[in-house]
Amino acid sequence: MTDQPVDYHPMWEELGLDLPSHDALLTAVGQLFGDAYLTQENRPKGMDYLNFVMSEVHGLRIKELDDFRKQGGKVFGTFCLYVPEEIIRAAGGWSVGLCAGAEFAYDQVEQIMPRNTCSLIKSFMGFKLAKVCPYIESADLVIGETTCDGKKKAYELLGEIHNTWVMELPQMKRPEDLAMWKAEVRELVKKAEEVTGNTITADSLRAAIKEVNDKRRALQRIAAASAADPSPISGKDRLLATQVAFYDDVPRFTQMMNALADELEARAGAGEGVAPRGTKRVLVTGTPMALPNWKIHDIIEKAGAVVVAEEMCTGSRYYQDLVPEDGTTLDEMIDAVAEKYLDINCACFTPNQGRIDDVVRMAKEYGADGVIDLSLQFCGLYEMESHGVEAAVREAGLPVLKITTDYSMEDVGQLSTRVEAFLEML
Amino acid sequence: MRVLGLDIGSRSIDAVWLEDDRIVDWVVADSGYDPGSASAVFVERDAHDLLVATGYGRHVAKERFGCSAVTEITAYGLGAAALFPNAASVLDIGGQDTKVISLGHAGRVVDFEMNDKCAAGTGKFLEVMARALGFSLEDMAEQARKAETGIAVSSMCTVFAESEVTGLVHRGEDRARIARGLHEAIAKRTLGSLKRVSATGPLVFAGGVAKNPAMVDLVANGFSGEVLVPEEAQIVGAYGAALSACGSEGSTRWVSGS
Repeated sequence: MTDQPVDYHPMWEELGLDLPSHDALLTAVGQLFGDAYLTQENRPKGMDYLNFVMSEVHGLRIKELDDFRKQGGKVFGTFCLYVPEEIIRAAGGWSVGLCAGAEFAYDQVEQIMPRNTCSLIKSFMGFKLAKVCPYIESADLVIGETTCDGKKKAYELLGEIHNTWVMELPQMKRPEDLAMWKAEVRELVKKAEEVTGNTITADSLRAAIKEVNDKRRALQRIAAASAADPSPISGKDRLLATQVAFYDDVPRFTQMMNALADELEARAGAGEGVAPRGTKRVLVTGTPMALPNWKIHDIIEKAGAVVVAEEMCTGSRYYQDLVPEDGTTLDEMIDAVAEKYLDINCACFTPNQGRIDDVVRMAKEYGADGVIDLSLQFCGLYEMESHGVEAAVREAGLPVLKITTDYSMEDVGQLSTRVEAFLEML
Repeated sequence: MRVLGLDIGSRSIDAVWLEDDRIVDWVVADSGYDPGSASAVFVERDAHDLLVATGYGRHVAKERFGCSAVTEITAYGLGAAALFPNAASVLDIGGQDTKVISLGHAGRVVDFEMNDKCAAGTGKFLEVMARALGFSLEDMAEQARKAETGIAVSSMCTVFAESEVTGLVHRGEDRARIARGLHEAIAKRTLGSLKRVSATGPLVFAGGVAKNPAMVDLVANGFSGEVLVPEEAQIVGAYGAALSACGSEGSTRWVSGS
């Protein structure tokens, strides 16, 4: 951290960002972060690192990507958990998440997409069209996936203006689907080698598997510490850690998150919490919350509860499973990567009982008093699956609140009332 | 102990004064353009030991008066159960929202549903439709009750329904039958919500729209159980808010769960 703020405008200009729009975006995100995060009390000290990352999210980190690329490194932009970071890193590339968590330039988006498209898709396209996402502008290749119809078609549109490549994800988890997915991961191996000019070896993949597992282990520790009552960390802070995991330098992030986990374990041991013992505990499940979407966590925690777990792509689905580290040959390890990724329980699969089982199990493990099931409006997959989630959670004896919303702020008052009433009911 | 319950809604501010759990006075006033000041009139009117706010303006009241606040859901549950101890569910159609609540023991909320961000099918919707039909609110309800059959109105969006109604009027359709169609559409939507929270009777129908006899008839005809309308349907929320304070003192049977 330097005393003199660095002016990143020349770098942003070189990346082709629209500077006035980008400045406006940074101001808005800064205000949002200040209001949602910096107003919290009893935060762990380890969160200072994530505060710093957020203050430099379009600055220092982009500079690192820029330096990496100037030395010949290749950056891969991804939107989804199913794109294996291990393969990209084994080829010497870096994987970064792309901007998709705020309403931006919907007017431009709606010229090429229907209005009734989910916020996540509209958002990433808006960031691209308005030229305000330095991550996508730093991406030598965007790797998409066929996780839903909206994204599948959106990647065709993105492909017209950015170098884009799409992985085909099966919709079922039968042996023949796994075989297809293993072949698809091998296609990614070839693609990553072609883009980076490097060859993936057993050694490089083994090292990448270990590195990414370590990152997931650190996040598992943070999640596990949240099972304590009182929880040593707010849901918002834990969510931020998971969101930043998609962007940050892997070894550094792992180290800092392990330090945060050490602190959380000590706090939990000492009975220190972010809110008093007995504060209502909520598990949130549903559609992912891309940075800077903190809307529902913010509403829940400002209403006086604490979110103790996230069963979502920006939550347990990202870190709960690891790739076995005992593979010896390259083929074994590629298969192991494919198997781990196909285990993720997204609503794009049928059936998806694994997710429902996870929600019920986690609600018990984290001592949740209630479950909030969140769907982004027009995300047919999660909206449809909501019925089964609700039934299973009620069967397990817990109340459920179903929320369908988008990135706009116009329903915050209404949602607050519903969330507060839900908490009063617990 | 004297407790003041305030329900600061979008269309009206309702105040209830309790003296040892019994209603000693109540007022229903227009929210106007400065609900904070309108509420202050009641807060300052005479002395009370506790003040609880509910409704749309509860957070503003909490800051302004340093009082506690509960949501309308909890307040209506408590209020309805205090008025009708055997109440099993509540329907409240207010100025700009609709809520349905399934009740457990002693007015405890078991499940609830609210309309989302728009005012479809609420008091505001009826106001706009009455204007489009050239009726007063009371006349529209009366006409709707008298009409034998309704003309189906397909949209529940206030803006779309207004254009639809204007179209029907221009086609020369009977205004009373259009009014009935509008009421039927709201009732159908409301009955759907009640089903989703597994509401059983007796159902307490509260809120400003419970004063509309056509609405009450239609809901009563479509609902499987008994429908009860409090004499003062608008003060159920304020009453429940006041009772919630008594509950925190452990002094009433409504909230203590005994």
